[in-house]
Amino acid sequence: MENFDQIESDILNKIKNVNDRNSYDKIKTEIFGKKGVITELFKKIGSLDQSQRKEYASKLNSLKENVNKIFEKKLIDFDQSEINNKLKNEKIDVTLPGRTYFSGKIHPVSQVIDEVTSIFSEIGFSVEEGPDVENEYYNFSALNTPENHPARDMHDTFYLNHSKDLLLRTHTSPVQIRTMLKGKPPFKIIAPGRTYRHDSDQTHSPMFHQLEGLHIDKNINMGHLKGCLYYFVKKFFEVEKVKIRFRPSHFPFTEPSAEVDIGYKIQDGKIKIGEGDKWLEILGCGMVHPNVLKNAKVNSKLYQGYAFGVGIDRLAMLKYGINDLRAFFESDIRWLEFYGFDPLDIPTNYRGLSR
Amino acid sequence: MITSLSWLKNHLTTKANLNEVAEKLTEIGLEVENIKSSNNNLDNFIVCKIVKTQKHPNADKLKLCDVDVGSGNLIKVVCGAQNARDGLFAVYAPPGAVIPKTNMKLKVAKIRGIESYGMLCSGYELDTTSDKEGIIELNKKEKNIGEKYFKNSGEKTMDISITPNRPDCLGIRGIARDLSASGLGQLKKQPPIKISQKFKNPIKVSIKNEKDQGCGIFGSVYIKNVQNKESPEWLKKRIISLGLKPISAIVDATNYVMFDLNRPLHAYDADKIDQEIIVRNSKKGESFEALDNKKYTLHNNMCAISDKSGVLGLGGIIGGTRSGTEMSTKNILLESAYFFPSPIRKTSKILNIDTDAKYRFERGIDPDSIKLGLDLGMCMILDMCGGEASKFSIVGKIKDKRKTIDLEPEKFLKVIGFSITNLEIKKILTSLGCSLRVSGKKIKVLPPTWRPDLKEDIDLIEELTRIKGYDKVPSISPEKENVKDTLNYRQKLFHFAQRSAASKGYTEAVTWSFTDSKTDTLFSELKNEIKLSNPISSDLDVLRSSLYSNLIIGAKKNIHRNFEDLMLFEIGPVFKGSKPGEQSTMIGAIKTGKYSRKNWIEKERNFDVFDMKNDAFRILNEIGIDSSKIAVSNNTKKWYHPGRSGLLTLGSPNGPELGYFGEIHPSIIKKLDLRTDNVLGFEIFLDNIPQSRKKIREAKPQFIVSDYQKVVRDFAFIIDEKYSSGEIINLVKKIDKELIKEVKIFDVYQGENISSGKKSIAFNVTLEPKDKTLEEKDIEEVSKKIISTVQDKTGATLRS
Repeated sequence: MENFDQIESDILNKIKNVNDRNSYDKIKTEIFGKKGVITELFKKIGSLDQSQRKEYASKLNSLKENVNKIFEKKLIDFDQSEINNKLKNEKIDVTLPGRTYFSGKIHPVSQVIDEVTSIFSEIGFSVEEGPDVENEYYNFSALNTPENHPARDMHDTFYLNHSKDLLLRTHTSPVQIRTMLKGKPPFKIIAPGRTYRHDSDQTHSPMFHQLEGLHIDKNINMGHLKGCLYYFVKKFFEVEKVKIRFRPSHFPFTEPSAEVDIGYKIQDGKIKIGEGDKWLEILGCGMVHPNVLKNAKVNSKLYQGYAFGVGIDRLAMLKYGINDLRAFFESDIRWLEFYGFDPLDIPTNYRGLSR
Repeated sequence: MITSLSWLKNHLTTKANLNEVAEKLTEIGLEVENIKSSNNNLDNFIVCKIVKTQKHPNADKLKLCDVDVGSGNLIKVVCGAQNARDGLFAVYAPPGAVIPKTNMKLKVAKIRGIESYGMLCSGYELDTTSDKEGIIELNKKEKNIGEKYFKNSGEKTMDISITPNRPDCLGIRGIARDLSASGLGQLKKQPPIKISQKFKNPIKVSIKNEKDQGCGIFGSVYIKNVQNKESPEWLKKRIISLGLKPISAIVDATNYVMFDLNRPLHAYDADKIDQEIIVRNSKKGESFEALDNKKYTLHNNMCAISDKSGVLGLGGIIGGTRSGTEMSTKNILLESAYFFPSPIRKTSKILNIDTDAKYRFERGIDPDSIKLGLDLGMCMILDMCGGEASKFSIVGKIKDKRKTIDLEPEKFLKVIGFSITNLEIKKILTSLGCSLRVSGKKIKVLPPTWRPDLKEDIDLIEELTRIKGYDKVPSISPEKENVKDTLNYRQKLFHFAQRSAASKGYTEAVTWSFTDSKTDTLFSELKNEIKLSNPISSDLDVLRSSLYSNLIIGAKKNIHRNFEDLMLFEIGPVFKGSKPGEQSTMIGAIKTGKYSRKNWIEKERNFDVFDMKNDAFRILNEIGIDSSKIAVSNNTKKWYHPGRSGLLTLGSPNGPELGYFGEIHPSIIKKLDLRTDNVLGFEIFLDNIPQSRKKIREAKPQFIVSDYQKVVRDFAFIIDEKYSSGEIINLVKKIDKELIKEVKIFDVYQGENISSGKKSIAFNVTLEPKDKTLEEKDIEEVSKKIISTVQDKTGATLRS
């Protein structure tokens, strides 16, 4: 019988020296081709004696298998070394910049409107809107501010005609009237929007934003107003403790009226909301005046409640440390990109108001 | 309203210090805005001595004065007054001082070539006399040099912001009363006045009985043989502490009473009154010169205080120079009157006059204070100037409009959230001047005459809460219950659209709702622009009818700062008319400049129309409009480049307008001096986005996919250039809507090898069989149909 070990070692020696696919093919033919070494060995099986045949075949098959494995391994080695060779030539400078892309920003006013809406949504307020151009009636008279009343001096008004009955709303409060007139109590709404006053300096802009709040139901008292605004201020400024002061004031459309101050201090040149011994006015509020309810066709014997108005731009300035109100509306791309928010930063309760 | 602690103490017994008083005032709604040490501006004026005068070398009428202001060095001042002379004591204003009359801030200035460090003041400039001739001559001594001319007491003052409902607190006594109600002290009684008034007021007063008569009561007293003079130091200091200037004892006394009791008075030089006082409605065209040295021409029906010769002054607003008191005045008529708020306000608005008296009358003066005012004013004048007073003459009468208010203590609890005892109610309201009577469950309350704001029970409830303290109101935590969706469909759409635009790389701008009419008209189809009657400036004179106006004005500022590659958008209202609701919500977006600049990896290229089209489509997709429903045509507006812009409509080219996109018209870019030639934009009409009746999950068909291989075939045609790609795509799609899944243009070419007026267009068609694998002959069949259809309908030829 053939010396299979010897044959195997001969073959392996031959393969060992194969370094390219051409000689690989050639050697493979020498072994497995029509006249190949192993092919020839297989041909011999038929002529063998029955007693030898089994052992011969078994040894031959094992030889074939071993050789095949070596060939396969050789192929993998070829692939690997070809890839390795390729990789050597495929180095790029990954510190080079990539292709152009653009990231837009959301304006701080829009962001704060969404933040505030998210907060009030949690406690059952829904959003209402009203027109920017208003009648004198909705903006003043219906809100218990009759013509020739000095309280009108607090609002420098833009007019659209000389009879002064069409104007740009000076506050979001007319939305209270519109909402109550078109629906039935209870009402629990907020109304963010643009407001206008004929005033322009460092701290005043002829256009700014307000958020109106209105909650009318059968038993809503000033305690609810206080609780609601505490909740809001704490949530909005995202602070644990917050110092708030309700200070008596006067608005024709609420009674009692209050202005709300929050405590703050200046720390390392930055404003810190919620602590300290300085006070900052942030909003006006009060119990809706019975005359307003009457004008809005709500029975003030049965229903009562509170309203508030807060400056959105001012909230944005305080929370995000913005100094100049006028810069909000100047479309300076440097400012917008600096103070703007990523469009994916959608304020929500579950994901948090701000990052 | 300005006050000091010592003045308050005239009316209030209290041990509280200034800070405690200030804190309490703020707590009860009289907000102390600041506490100041003294009036800084008037501090600047200093007593000086002119040491030497010489003629100005370049001007005959000017003098060069060496002035001793007590600083050690002599100061050079150029002065034009004739009476400037060696040794004269005068009033010096240094550079930086603000001249009261003109409100001008002094600067070191060259006058005819010589620098003048400040000025020597005339009485006119200091607004203390109307004397324009010459500078003030002071009767002072060497030791006075360097002293403040307007001596203040050095006491701190509080500036209190008084809300329009509280006219009573425009007098110190009203503030003291509130403090006493709050428990911070005891209100003092007004000392009784005992003056012998023997003779009858010789000047007859009548209030004409006319419609719209602005005067209700006119009280007066005639004081004869007075000797007008400078006020004593204590009074001057009080007047200065208010930020006013002392003028004379008579005028200072009237001002004092106004601020002390909120009781405006007016003093006439009685000898200048022609026979009698007639309070009547003015006639159009009548005029008079007022104490502010301005001449006012009156309209009909203004409340004129007049005599036989004409108008003396406007009642409750301002007196006239004709009957004004002077140092030489001998006999005066002191007026204490009641004028109705509304006509006061109307008149002062029309004539644009604002005075301390007007401010008080329009808010409502105590109609019962006529005699109180005459008493105190008369007393002070007699004290300071001597003389003899007549009996009071009080003409006219007004109805007491006060009503008894029924207050139910229960209601306090219901509105405020905590309870209050009847005893507390009584204590607080009484200390505020109300009279109370308990009647069953109700308390009947009559408010005092000085509180026109107390009209119904809610007003009293506010008083009680305010004095009890807002900190007593409990805080009730809000319920976390949602009855209604927070946002409605339109509001959600707004929110989506806003974030969608920003996520395409645009930065959100928020710009004013008004804009420059000259710019807006370029982007508007309105027949009439929406003008503001009183714009803040001439370049913000109309309500915007397009979002482009302000975006492009904003872009221009950025481009001029060398930020030329911009992507800006705004979402918000544009206006179509001047009535409420004539507005719509839009997105406007612009891109300027280049997509990419000199860059190692990409070719430099401008932003182009297809950038805008893509963005507009993606936003519309994201807010719920399927691309297949958007029709594109080129019927655009005048502000777009006519050949490079498109209209997006819903369903068909005649459907509702969804938006526009394209290049801004080159002539607009040029006109606006944008310093770039590449400005593009899109507009989306959010109000035209229809609300789907179904939720997305309901509107989706069943999920069905084909198990059979899809096949893609390419076609190329030479076709007349008038045919748009959209038309060809639609044409091919229609051939077999079931089988043809997609038609995609991959090449469009005009130029060499293509005859003019024609273009080459290449597209591939994706076939997706539903029920069997396509065989070569099926594909061949569809291909033939595509070729023949395109050829037949457009005259195109297959490109070989």
